[in-house]
Amino acid sequence: MAKAPLDDDTLDGFRRAQQLAYRCAETVAAELEPGISERETAARMQAWLVAHGATECFHRPFAWFGDRTAFRGAVGNRLLGGFNPAFYPGRRRLGANMPFILDCAPTLDGYTADIGYSGALGGNRILDKLMDDLQAYRALILEQVRARRPLAEISRAVDALCREHGYDPRHKAYPFETLAHRVEILPDSGTGQRWTVGRFGIRNIGELVRDRVRGAREGWNPIWNSSTASEHPPTPGLWAVEPHLGFRHVGAKFEELLVVTGDDAFWLDDDVPHVRRWTTRGLRPAQRRAA
Amino acid sequence: MALTPSRILEDGDVALAIYEWGRAGNRPTVLLVHGYPDAASVWTATAERLAADCHVVAYDVRGAGRSGRPAATRAYALDRLSADLGRVMDAVSPDAPVHLVGHDWGSIQSWEAVTTPELAARIASFTSISGPCLDHAGHWIRQGLRSAAPERLRAVTRQLAHSWYVGVFHLPGLAPTFWRTGGERLWPAVLERVEGIREAAPSETQAADGATGVRLYRANFAARVLRPSERRTDVPVQLLFPRRDHFMVPELWDDLPHWVPRLWRFDVDAGHWLQVSHPDLVAHRIGEFVRHIEGAPETTALQRARQRAQRGNGAFAGRLALITGAGSGIGRETALALAERGADVVAVDIDGAAAERTAELCRLLDVCAWSQSVDVGDVAAMETLAAWVAGTLEAPDIVVNNAGIGMAGGVLDTEAEDWQRILDINLGGVIHGARLFGRQMVAAGKRGHIVNVSSGLAFLPSRTTPAYATTKAAVRMLSDCLRAELGAHGIHVAAIYPGIVNTGIVTRTRFAGQDAETEAALRTRIQKLYERRNLGPGAVAAAIVDAIDERRAEALVGVEVHGLHWLSRFAPGIARRLARISAD
Repeated sequence: MAKAPLDDDTLDGFRRAQQLAYRCAETVAAELEPGISERETAARMQAWLVAHGATECFHRPFAWFGDRTAFRGAVGNRLLGGFNPAFYPGRRRLGANMPFILDCAPTLDGYTADIGYSGALGGNRILDKLMDDLQAYRALILEQVRARRPLAEISRAVDALCREHGYDPRHKAYPFETLAHRVEILPDSGTGQRWTVGRFGIRNIGELVRDRVRGAREGWNPIWNSSTASEHPPTPGLWAVEPHLGFRHVGAKFEELLVVTGDDAFWLDDDVPHVRRWTTRGLRPAQRRAA
Repeated sequence: MALTPSRILEDGDVALAIYEWGRAGNRPTVLLVHGYPDAASVWTATAERLAADCHVVAYDVRGAGRSGRPAATRAYALDRLSADLGRVMDAVSPDAPVHLVGHDWGSIQSWEAVTTPELAARIASFTSISGPCLDHAGHWIRQGLRSAAPERLRAVTRQLAHSWYVGVFHLPGLAPTFWRTGGERLWPAVLERVEGIREAAPSETQAADGATGVRLYRANFAARVLRPSERRTDVPVQLLFPRRDHFMVPELWDDLPHWVPRLWRFDVDAGHWLQVSHPDLVAHRIGEFVRHIEGAPETTALQRARQRAQRGNGAFAGRLALITGAGSGIGRETALALAERGADVVAVDIDGAAAERTAELCRLLDVCAWSQSVDVGDVAAMETLAAWVAGTLEAPDIVVNNAGIGMAGGVLDTEAEDWQRILDINLGGVIHGARLFGRQMVAAGKRGHIVNVSSGLAFLPSRTTPAYATTKAAVRMLSDCLRAELGAHGIHVAAIYPGIVNTGIVTRTRFAGQDAETEAALRTRIQKLYERRNLGPGAVAAAIVDAIDERRAEALVGVEVHGLHWLSRFAPGIARRLARISAD
C-alpha cells in the first residue's frame, strides 16, 4: 500500500527533515521577544528553513500566540470540511508569559517532516501542565497503533483521554478534524519547486490527494480522525501525528512522524524537544521503545 | 458606655488617651487605631475578645475622644499622626514590636507608619480594614487614568463617586455645622439605615470628634492623592476587605501586592464598620494572624488569603464553592467556571481521582482547591464531608448540588433497590447538601448561594424516565421550599434545568427492565441524539454562574427546556399525551 519503502535510508531522510524542522522551531523560539507578531515569527521560520536547504514544504510555517493557541470559539466550519482561516498567522503580538505554538513542515531532499512546538515566553503554568500531560497521548497513540486498533477508534480514545483530563481536543478545529495525516516522499527531489497555494505546498498536498484517491480504492484514509472513513487498521507509512490540547485560553500540541510498518509502529525519532523536556522533568517512564 | 483611659501620654505636643485590656508581660501587644468619626471606644467589642490572648491597646487619635484637639489643620497631617502612633508604641510596648490594626483613618495613618522605615521596625504585623494608603490610592487613580482602559477608568470613576463625602468635607463649615447641630444624635440612626448596624453606642464626644476630624481630610487628602510618593513595606499585612463597604471599590486594592510583598487578603460579606458589626470575626482574624506572625504554622484560611491576595478581582474572589459531581460533565465545568472567577473550590465526586483532577485544573487557574471522594447518596458520608469543610475550611459561600445519575425504564420495571438508589443520590444528595451546608451558612451569617441542578425532565412526565423525572421534579419543589425558608437569612437558592446536555450521563444510565443488548443499543441511540444536539456542559456552567451572579431563582438551559416549561404551564394536557410516547 505504502509507496515509500520503509528502509533505513528512507527513514534517515525523514529523520533529517524532522530534525531540521525542530532546529528551526527551537532557534526561532529562543529568539522570540515581546512585541513580535505571529506573521513576523512565521516569516523568520520560513527564512531559516530556506537558508538551511529546505526546498519546499507541506505547509509554510504557522505561528499562534496567546489564546489563539487554544483555537477557541466557532472556528470550524462544517461546510468547508472544518477548514478555517484562524489557522493562518495573524497580527497577534507576543507578551510576557504568553503561550505560543510554532508549526512547520519543510521538505528536505524530497523528505517531508511536519512538526509542532509549544512554549511560552517566560513561564505559563497551564502550558507546562498541558505539555506534561501530552506524554500520555504520545504513549496511548503508539500503544494502540501497535495493537493494530482501527485508527478511528484510537482517535476516539484520544478524545476520551481529553475528556478525562478535562481538556478540549483542539485538533478537531483543524481541517477535517485531523489527528494525523500522511506524508510521502516527493519524486524528483531537489527540483526546488516552492509553489504554495494558501500556504500549502502544491506537491505535498498533491501526494495527499493521490493518497486519498488510492485510499478510497483500497479502503483507507490519509486523514486520521474519528470519522468512519478512518475505521481501518493502521496503514503502513509515515503519519504526522498532532494531538492538540486546549484548556481555557491556553493550547499546546506536539507533532511528529510516526512510522507504521506492516506489523509494528514506532516514533521516527525519540530525540525531540518534547520528549527531552519530559526526561528533564523526570516524567519519562523508564521503558524505551524496543529497537 | 464610657471607657476609662489607663494612662494619658503627655510627652508630645498633644495629650493622648490610652486604653488597655488584658495584661502585658510575655504576650503580644495588639494596637488598635480607630477612624473617623469614631474614638477608641469603637474597638471595645473586638478588644474584649482579643484580651484573652493578647495585651490589647487602643487610643484616641488626636482630635478625637479624650485626646487633645489642636486647632490648626496642619497639626492633623499624616506625619504628625504617625508620630503619635510611634509615641504610643514606645509607651505600651517598649521592648517588642506591636501588631497594628487600623480601621478607616486609623488604617490610613497606620499605612503611613508601616511605610516609614523607622516606625516599621517597631511593627510586627499590620491588619488593615477599610483604609488605603493615600499614596497607593493616588498611584492607582493615576495609572487608571493613564491606562485609559475602559475597565480601569470605570473603577476609578466609581471610587471617586464613592468618595463624594471627601469633597463635602473640604467645603468650609458644612460638616462641622452638621455635627454641632444635632448630627451626633442622628449618627446611630444613620449607621443603622446605611450600614445595618444596631450595635453602635453613641459616644459622648461624637459631636466634637465629627467636627474636628474633618481636618484629617483637609490636611492630607489633596496633598497625598494628587502627588503620591512610592511607599512600600516589608511588614506582613493582612487586608480585611468588607465587600459591602460604601466607601471603597474592590479594585482599589488590586495593585497592593506591588507595594506589599507579604500580603494576606480576606473578603468579608459586611459593611464599613466591620469591627462593630462582626467583632467575633475581626477578633478571630487578628488573633489568627498574630499567632502566625509570632511563629504558629500558617492555617488553611491564611494560605487561602495569601493566594487570594496575589489575584485580581474575579467576581467570586475569596469565596469558597463546593460542587458535588465535580469529577466530570456539568460539575467539572462549573468548578472551573467558578475558579476562573476567583472562587476557591471543593470538588466532590464519588470518583476520588476524577475529583482530584478537577481540583488540579482549578489550581492551574490560581485558586486553592481540594477534592473529596464522597457518595452523596450516603447521609453519613455527607455529614463527614460537612464536618471536614467546617473544620478545615469554613462555611461555603456557594454550594452546587449537582451529582446525579440517570435511569430509564417503567415504574413497574424499576426494582426497589434502583428506586432507592436514584432517590438517595438525585434527591437525598440535594437534600443533605442543602441542609448541612445551609446550616453552616446560617451559623456563619453568610449570605451564600445554594444551587440545585434539576433537569428539563422535571417539566415533562414520561413513561420512559419516571424515576429520573420524579427525583428531578422533587428537586424543583425542594428548591422552591428552601428558597422561601432561607430567604430570611439572605441565602439565595437557585434551581437549574438543563436540557439535552452531552455530559456522558447516558453512557452511565441504567435502563431498567432491559437485557444487556437492548440496553447497549438504547444507550448508543440516545447518545447519538445528545451528540447531535451538541449542547456542552459549559453552557450549563455559564448559566449557573449567571444565576449566582444575579441571584436568579431558576435558569433554563436549552431551547427544548423552554418548550417543556411552556408546555407544562400552558398545555399540560399535551404534556400528558407526550408522556405516553415510549423510547423503544
